[in-house]
Amino acid sequence: MKYLSLIWSTLFRRKTRTLFTIFSVIAAFLLFGLLDSVRGAFANVGHNVAGASRLITISKQSLVVSLPTSLLMRIQAVPGVSAVTYANWFGGYYQEPKNQLVTEAVPQNYFTLYPEFVLPAAELRSFHDVRTGAIVGQSLAQRFNWKLGDKIPIQATIFPQKGGSNTWMFDIVGIYHVSDPNLKAEENQLYFNWDYFDQATQFGGGTAGWYIERVAQPKQADRVARAIDAISANSDHETKTQSEDAFTAAFVSQFADIGLIVGSIMGAVFFTLILLTGNTMAQAVRERIPELAILKTIGFSNRSVLSLVLAESVLLLAIGGAVGLAIAAVAVSGIRAKLGPQIPMLPVGTQAWLRGVALMIAIGLVVGALPARRGMRLRIVDALSGR
Amino acid sequence: MLMKVLGWLPWILTAAVLLACANGQVRSVAQVGISTLRQRLGAASVVVVGIAGVVGVLVALLAMAQGFQATLQETGSNDTAIVLRSGSQTEINSALDHAATVVIGDEPQVQHDAQGRPIASPELVVVASLPKKGSSTDANVEVRGIGQDAWALRTRVRMVSGRRFTPGLRELIVGARAAKEFEHTELGSKIDLGGQPWTVVGVFDSGDEHDSELWGDADVVASAYRRGDGRNSVTVRLKSPQQLDAFKAALASDPRFKVDASTTLDYYSRQSDLLTRTIRILGTTVAIIMAIGAIFGALNTMYAAVASRTREIATLRAMGFRGGPVVVSVLIETLLLAIAGGVIGAVIAWALFDHYTASTLGANFSQVVFEFRVTPALLAGGLKWALAIGLVGGLFPALRAARMPVTDGLREL
Amino acid sequence: MSPLVEIRSVSKVYVRGKQKLEVLHHVNLDIGKGDFLALMGPSGSGKTTLLNLIGGLDSPTEGTLTVAEKRIDRLGQSELARWRASNVGFVFQFYNLLPMLSAARNVELPLLLTKLTAAKRRSHAAIALELVGLADRASHKPGELSGGQQQRVAIARAIVSDPTLLVCDEPTGDLDRQSAVEVLTLLQRLNRDHGKTIVMVTHDPKAAEYASHTLHLDKGTLVEAAAAAESPS
Repeated sequence: MKYLSLIWSTLFRRKTRTLFTIFSVIAAFLLFGLLDSVRGAFANVGHNVAGASRLITISKQSLVVSLPTSLLMRIQAVPGVSAVTYANWFGGYYQEPKNQLVTEAVPQNYFTLYPEFVLPAAELRSFHDVRTGAIVGQSLAQRFNWKLGDKIPIQATIFPQKGGSNTWMFDIVGIYHVSDPNLKAEENQLYFNWDYFDQATQFGGGTAGWYIERVAQPKQADRVARAIDAISANSDHETKTQSEDAFTAAFVSQFADIGLIVGSIMGAVFFTLILLTGNTMAQAVRERIPELAILKTIGFSNRSVLSLVLAESVLLLAIGGAVGLAIAAVAVSGIRAKLGPQIPMLPVGTQAWLRGVALMIAIGLVVGALPARRGMRLRIVDALSGR
Repeated sequence: MLMKVLGWLPWILTAAVLLACANGQVRSVAQVGISTLRQRLGAASVVVVGIAGVVGVLVALLAMAQGFQATLQETGSNDTAIVLRSGSQTEINSALDHAATVVIGDEPQVQHDAQGRPIASPELVVVASLPKKGSSTDANVEVRGIGQDAWALRTRVRMVSGRRFTPGLRELIVGARAAKEFEHTELGSKIDLGGQPWTVVGVFDSGDEHDSELWGDADVVASAYRRGDGRNSVTVRLKSPQQLDAFKAALASDPRFKVDASTTLDYYSRQSDLLTRTIRILGTTVAIIMAIGAIFGALNTMYAAVASRTREIATLRAMGFRGGPVVVSVLIETLLLAIAGGVIGAVIAWALFDHYTASTLGANFSQVVFEFRVTPALLAGGLKWALAIGLVGGLFPALRAARMPVTDGLREL
Repeated sequence: MSPLVEIRSVSKVYVRGKQKLEVLHHVNLDIGKGDFLALMGPSGSGKTTLLNLIGGLDSPTEGTLTVAEKRIDRLGQSELARWRASNVGFVFQFYNLLPMLSAARNVELPLLLTKLTAAKRRSHAAIALELVGLADRASHKPGELSGGQQQRVAIARAIVSDPTLLVCDEPTGDLDRQSAVEVLTLLQRLNRDHGKTIVMVTHDPKAAEYASHTLHLDKGTLVEAAAAAESPS
């Protein structure tokens, strides 16, 4: 600690150069923060504790093919299944086609399988009682300024009502929220009564889009999944059952290999950064050779000189990195506040900071290594005589 | 207008700086600077690599957007129209009953073929889940059930191997890009659709979105998926692009159904909009932030360069050279480094990513396979960014060089 | 009592490529505790090399070197560094202060290697600056001080850790007459009043007059080495 002020003064010996370098580091870590937030959002989808005990059953043909509702009783009877529910994709939009919604028709027990959706008991009861009742996520409600008791018209894009109208009216009877900040994106759904859907839709009634099962013992998930699929083996509606995590991961990976894209950009950014700060450190050490020689003369060991230079470059990275990540954190929360939590960006949290700090230290060491070795190896007698 | 002028600025300023080389004074000062560049290679490479990074990332991301947009837009055209159930944004969400599919073809705006039959293709779209090559997970692939008229509407489609499917049989032809992405798509392989085995009999290439699809006979697909005689969409050839409004009006006035028509160009452009715009915004944002970093790197290098040339510049000034040539010579040096960086970045992006294949989940809930396209316009755009960074990064050090008092510089002797 | 510095048959050979250059040739020298020795000689005579050996900056090729009863000729680099930290203070021709640190911080530098607390370090540094008469310049950076003042800060830095031996290489070489006199008087006072043993290389006979005695080096050998060894003062 006592060396900190020495390192600090050396670092800012050439203020302009150091500041410019720090600005470059800030830019790099700002990008790191933003991109890591995007990557995290995609990597985090479906990863939650409650999800570990849930299975999803879809048609083996594809997700868009529906399953008969008759499966419900038979799945319920599978040993190890403690609860079953199902859902139908509805989609649709509010007011304009650009306001596409995530809406699903669900039976009344749906929310007992999703304890992460926090909903007052009274509101859940009205969902049971009001046929056209709908439960919406808090973020979605905020986005369109919906309140309890509002009647909202939703334009169907797939399922017109009997009689051909595309307009479905819903009564908002409940607003749920999700506590885990990483799962805020799940506050963007609208759920409405499956019975209403079944009775009013022109087609697609009498089917379930997919089933969701809760298993009593997550360890038995594989066995239970196989037992569920065995029910409809060799029928015309064969099923595929997998854990919710696996299901979502496979689904997200169909959009794009986000990891690869983000990884390539970060690679380019940090390669550039290493070269840039490496050059600064090399310059700084080159012009400081006599000073380092003095430190050695006074009695600083080779190792202390090595550590001093390394500490300096790590400090350089740490200052820029911390500022950059802080800006990224502010920017991300700004973007999320403005565009709503449905945009795929996670808040810059502890995890991101840990990764960032690890990167700062690693890059600082890499960048400082060569100059530090040069400082360590210098011969006092040569350096002092200007050789 | 303002943006347009700003867009040209890097070219204009660069041209101006290079033109200044016609001046003898400028040329001789610049030559001295550039001849010492070799000794400052390490520092100079910071400018080059920094700018190469910016240009590389920018060009690669824009090439992705360009490739996706082009793939979808080229699928559509102005003289074909697609009819979907009113309110549906995509084929998979649309449904038309048999009566509607017949009536749509009978509208007077629809072109007729040599035999006098309307060119109208009622088509079925279903999604199948197939294993992707090189991965253990399944991905969605679009299966399109077509009739005879589909061939007349998609004139770009060529068979690259095998033959077309035989109507009435469970045979499939596979788009060239789908064939690259999915397992079991070789000629003669069996694919399970709707619980029944289908045989792959051909591979077709259209260079557009259809390349990501599997095609089979509409009636056979419908029976496999128990879809009856209803269809998802009808695509027609219009007598001329101007007929669209009349066609829409004719459909709207028919009380038997509620449908919407748009040109296929419109339809497919709409599908590319969101992703294309997202990638462009992402690419530009990333490039701007990287450019800021690169500018500071360039400033550092060029300030150091000016500092190391203090004596030389002061001597030149003492001999009677004016400040202008000194400014220009520093700018030229930076621009040369910037151009080198821009070219390297562009070449790397081109070599790595031109025709790089990627896929995403398209509007029909299935994989759209597309290739990155590194176009000359994108390369020129990248170079423009390089020049802009070079100009900004070189200007301030250049001004310092020019303002340096002669006596201070000479004292360092 | 044995002398503070015992140099026995020390040679130093530099190898530059294929060329071998013998800078010191079997030098014998004793320096008693409390001496103020001036080393003179033409350039290239090996006086700075000898000084560097005494100060532990370099190791001899041959011979033995004992300082305060410790053999230092065979010490490794890090042992030498540790030894220097507690035993030697250095003063150079060009002061060699760290430009970004204030005078007080420069003086404090060697104390960073000790276990002293921050407060102790500051008070030691203040005392050392006081001793060289620069207490009022403590917060100035080297660039804001005259050459003579900078050299006095350097001397304060050299004595702050209370070393046994003070090693000075042309301490007045870059100073005007007036400042040189100040610096030399200061060294003399440190020698007389505080008992510091000082070895000073100089080419200036006037500077050498401040020392208690003077030795001459020529082509790597001590010209009056025999006399010095026989009759220690």
